[in-house]
Amino acid sequence: MSKVEIDNRLLKPGVYFMRGNDASVEGALIAGCRFFAGYPITPSNEIATLMSRRLPQVGGIYMQFEDEIGSIMAVLGASNGGVKSMTATSGPGFSLMQEAIGLAAMTETPAVIVEVQRGGPSTGLPTQVGQGDVMQVKWGSHGDYEIVAYLPNSPQEMFDMTIKAFNTAWRYRVPVVVLSDQMIGHMREKVVVPPYEEIEIVERRRPEESPEEFLPFSNKYLIPPMAVAGEGYRIHVTGLAHNEKGYPTTDYETVRKLVTRLVRKIRDNERDIAEYEEFMADDAKLIIVSFGITSRSAKKAVRDARSKGLKVGLFRPKTAWPFPYWRLQELTNNGADVLVVEINMGQMYRVVREHVRSSEVYNMPLTPGACPSPEDIYKKIEEVYPR
Amino acid sequence: MKHPYLRYLRPENVPTVFCPGCGIGIVMKALFQAFDELGYETLEEFVFVSGIGCSAWIPSPHILADSVHTLHGRAIPVATGIKLVKPDLNVLVIGGDGDIAGIGGNHLLHAARRNMDLMVIMINNQVYGMTGGQLAPTTPYGMKTTTTPYGNPEEPMDTCDIVASAGANYVARWTVGHYLQLKDAFKKAMEKQGFRFVEAVSQCPSRVSSRIGLSPADHIKYYLRNSVDIRKAEELLPEERMEKIIVGEYVDRNKPGYLEKIKMVMRR
Ligand SMILES: Cc1ncc(C[n+]2csc(CCOP(=O)(O)OP(=O)(O)O)c2C)c(N)n1
Ligand code: SF4
Ligand SMILES: [Mg+2]
Repeated sequence: MSKVEIDNRLLKPGVYFMRGNDASVEGALIAGCRFFAGYPITPSNEIATLMSRRLPQVGGIYMQFEDEIGSIMAVLGASNGGVKSMTATSGPGFSLMQEAIGLAAMTETPAVIVEVQRGGPSTGLPTQVGQGDVMQVKWGSHGDYEIVAYLPNSPQEMFDMTIKAFNTAWRYRVPVVVLSDQMIGHMREKVVVPPYEEIEIVERRRPEESPEEFLPFSNKYLIPPMAVAGEGYRIHVTGLAHNEKGYPTTDYETVRKLVTRLVRKIRDNERDIAEYEEFMADDAKLIIVSFGITSRSAKKAVRDARSKGLKVGLFRPKTAWPFPYWRLQELTNNGADVLVVEINMGQMYRVVREHVRSSEVYNMPLTPGACPSPEDIYKKIEEVYPR
Repeated sequence: MKHPYLRYLRPENVPTVFCPGCGIGIVMKALFQAFDELGYETLEEFVFVSGIGCSAWIPSPHILADSVHTLHGRAIPVATGIKLVKPDLNVLVIGGDGDIAGIGGNHLLHAARRNMDLMVIMINNQVYGMTGGQLAPTTPYGMKTTTTPYGNPEEPMDTCDIVASAGANYVARWTVGHYLQLKDAFKKAMEKQGFRFVEAVSQCPSRVSSRIGLSPADHIKYYLRNSVDIRKAEELLPEERMEKIIVGEYVDRNKPGYLEKIKMVMRR
């Protein structure tokens, strides 16, 4: 008798009361994740804990590694073996993974990383909230590459966006990060699992040509189909600059085409990938840009401001990268000012300033360890509201 | 006539990139002979994983099989990930001493402890060859390298000893001068479960042999003269041991490998 019943026990459609980190696990399993490798770190631990119990139940494999580098590398190995795979971590562990994230981008190996942000820098505040990894998630590895990062602000979105992260990773062949935070990860709230047929699941595009004819990194495609180990394609995957066959090259023109494609496959599709939410933003004279846990306080602050007759709105990016700048530009074309609220000293603030040139952009620099209250944000609104 | 082992190579990437006289070629030949003698016409059942370094270039881009060329020191966890999701494939890691025992040493230690079902070939040229011949964790005491111009003050690690005590099923060291023993060790390791580690002591003419004034052939002869069988090594004093290259099988056992152990705990 087996201790573990392998019966594809995915979480059934229905309404649950769940912790954010747990919702991410259940979303991952529904998305088809069957491999998890990780290393303990607060505040992401619940993800590994639940994965270690749940993965064997659905025929998958869980493994704890000797460090985060080993974890992410094993995830890339499993992905090159054709299995949807992920890891979860927080600040220090995420820093250790950066070299591997560059490798994933260069080799176009899909992977999902759930990063539950804590306060930094360094060991910082292991058990408390921070949103200081907005820039690292985009620029953490060396060289030019594009990846995608989602910004959940509820346990429901931990569930939904983990599924989306798998879809985006396997559609575009990039590493995708679910950039959560300690409060969203640990918060318990209603989570609705919709009927399975309503959930979109993306699989890797497989080669149509025979192994002899297949060009694994063909520039014919923006996102080439992916062959994996053991399928007879004799894949050659390398982090070195490579030609269309996947072999190392230093030819300027070949490298130019490769790096351009790696960047273009996300930039050309940024409007399909990026997501955002707007709340009373259309006629607003001041738009608050906020994400993750702070966006919840910001929303309440917007309501409070409206009840006092101030035309304030909320623009919540649901993806940090690509950043939905075009919509923010449209919303500010009429001269609306912007206030960025995030638990860092001004990271998304820089991105907003890059794209909003015609009006004032304010920020509310916040050190980690606490989420601003709606009252804190309201005070700042009163201070900067255009009169 | 076409060389029979060319069937294991990607034709586009021959000749290889290695320096003339490099021991890596001998290791490759021994590996190919092992495949041949075991009856592998193609290498479809294999996946090769490597890190960064000259030695890591054996599979990538040369061997005609699935191969993943990863980061410096990180081949073993990638190989682990592949093996766990593709247990029917024979997963082989090839790398240098700096890659496998230096920067990747922690992964090596833990893969051996888990008796992970992988075979690892470590080419020990006593330096970081690719980057110019710098000090490695395997550099002999007193040896001059690019970055130890006055001689190496550190004592080298006996990687085989560490891997064997960590729990691997099979551990052996030979020099490229012991060609047949090396080839047989590859064959034996390939047929076993669990963690298998074969170290090949190999000359780096560009960064080491030339520095110490030896031709590649003389360097191999030097290795042979300085080798001592592991069964005799026990009689040596620690200082004498340090001067020698210990060759032979450190361990050969049949403990259940990691994949078998997952099944065992699930059944319990
Ligand atoms: C993280 C990282 N650090 C350093 C390097 C530079 N580097 C490339 S090869 C190498 C040493 C390789 O030595 P070894 O593994 O012994 O292989 P050999 O060239 O001697 O066969 C180093 C340090 C790198 N590629 N990545
Ligand atoms: S540098 Fe040394 S190890 Fe590397 S190919 Fe040349 S001789 Fe061989
Ligand atoms: Mg070396």
